[in-house]
Amino acid sequence: MSNPRTFQIQEISAHPGPIPGQGTRREEAVCKYIDVTTCIGCKACEVACVEWNDHPFRETTFDDTYQTMPSTEWNYWNLIKFAEDEHDGNLMWLMRKDQCMHCEDPGCLRACPADGAIIKYENGIVDFQQDNCIGCGYCISGCPFDIPKFNLKTKKVYKCTLCSDRVGQGLEPACIKACPTGCLHFGTKSDMVQIAGLRAKQLREVSGFANAGVYDPASIKGTHVIYVLHDINNPERYGLPKDPVIPPSYTIWKWLAKPTGLVMAVLGIGAVFFHRIVYGPKLPQPAGPEIRTGPREEIEAGRKEQP
Amino acid sequence: MSVTAKGFDEKARGEFARIGTTRIRRGELLRHPVYTRFLHWSVAIFFILSLLTGFAVYSPWLYRWLTPLFGGGALTRFLHPWFGLGFEVFFLLQFVNWFVPMAWTSADSKFVRRLKEYATNTDVVEPEDTGFFNGGQKLYFWVIAISAVLFLITGILMWFDHVFPRISVAISYVVHDVAGLVMLGGFIIHIYEGTAHQPGTFRSMIDGTVTDKWAWTHHPAWYRAVTGRDPRESYEREKRRQAERQDVIESFEREEDAGERPPQIRTPPKP
Repeated sequence: MSNPRTFQIQEISAHPGPIPGQGTRREEAVCKYIDVTTCIGCKACEVACVEWNDHPFRETTFDDTYQTMPSTEWNYWNLIKFAEDEHDGNLMWLMRKDQCMHCEDPGCLRACPADGAIIKYENGIVDFQQDNCIGCGYCISGCPFDIPKFNLKTKKVYKCTLCSDRVGQGLEPACIKACPTGCLHFGTKSDMVQIAGLRAKQLREVSGFANAGVYDPASIKGTHVIYVLHDINNPERYGLPKDPVIPPSYTIWKWLAKPTGLVMAVLGIGAVFFHRIVYGPKLPQPAGPEIRTGPREEIEAGRKEQP
Repeated sequence: MSVTAKGFDEKARGEFARIGTTRIRRGELLRHPVYTRFLHWSVAIFFILSLLTGFAVYSPWLYRWLTPLFGGGALTRFLHPWFGLGFEVFFLLQFVNWFVPMAWTSADSKFVRRLKEYATNTDVVEPEDTGFFNGGQKLYFWVIAISAVLFLITGILMWFDHVFPRISVAISYVVHDVAGLVMLGGFIIHIYEGTAHQPGTFRSMIDGTVTDKWAWTHHPAWYRAVTGRDPRESYEREKRRQAERQDVIESFEREEDAGERPPQIRTPPKP
């Protein structure tokens, strides 16, 4: 979480009306590029993340791998995932730094019902504003990468901020700063896509990885964290979904059917109101006697619908 | 329906009748005993609280209007499942209470077929086979019963959404919304029918009684069952009496206007 005034805001969760200052300032889209082929699994990025964000120490889980814990946690946003992958008779030890992907079309933001709890900046960073978070946890089910994590004590959800507080001051994210092998890069999205493309080309042509490529899934309009994988056709080998999607309940249902439902409710209240005006009440019968004869009838007859 | 549930319901009815009072005056019938009224308003209170907290989170256009009523977004989110649980508990008791009279009959199928006539006030009095509840009321009851089950299942999945898998929450989200919208539609009609559209109905849930006139007009078969009289005959007799009274009044008025009789304080004839 950072001061929302640091960057120009592009999208706000559950926000009716315009976004203040939208489109008034030009900002370069930022991107983190992770070359998994040069990651040595040293976990310097994990430590840097915990330190910079001032997270308390938490217990680790030993499950017969080098992995610190099974998945990212509310106070452990950066986790290297170790996979022992057997493919075509070859064993490969795959390491991938897992964190928020900062999607161009963020599922968490789509799912969030609290005004201003999740914001996306013009530069592509998706940031949670815990002050506005109501702890419903919909973002957890909206995320295709299983990143937002619930804190049972504070009843709020937390995730990687792409160090928006550092980036706002012109610094690179803490994990980038800590990486000793240069497998982590940070810069503008266009630059990173270009460098990643070159590296993938090098892997294909020089290193013999014919299927190497850049992971920047189009199904969520790209991400602001991209990977170079040695086998782009099977990102599942790294624990990444091939075509990550936001559940349609947060896209189609929420933005189409929800306003429709609301309009229906308003029309329903209007309908019963005017039903009463047009058709009148159902009185216990026999209701008051109707006019048959006498002077009153003559008065009514002379009235001709005029007040 | 298990025997214990029925036994509990009868005991509760008896206990509430002992503590509470329902005054039935001349020309009135007991419609809802104290226990039923208590359950109805408990369900209503929890339903309205659930509706307001739910709609606060339901739509961005309502979020800023409704969350302040409950002390902000986080508290609204915290309270909603508890309000919902209150609704579930009291509706379960009401389900036991009303299960028998809510059984669907051929008269109710007829009601649904003649919905247009009902909605356009075509009939002055309801068809003679309309019992304690009409088809519309039963329909609403069963819609709530089904919705209550859906609310409970999907609600629990979403309450602990950091535990259940992503897909179950995403599906529950839609089901919960649809059930809520259907119930809101029924709720709007329910309030309208019980107040503005049918005068004389609201008191049945406050004082517990309705007038004879109301009973033979809206629920003739129930009127027959509790009084043993023919609803149509009672209606026609009341109509005749009313016409006779009106004749007397009008003849007095004519004589007065013609100067045949000195003006006098008009007192309505004793019924």
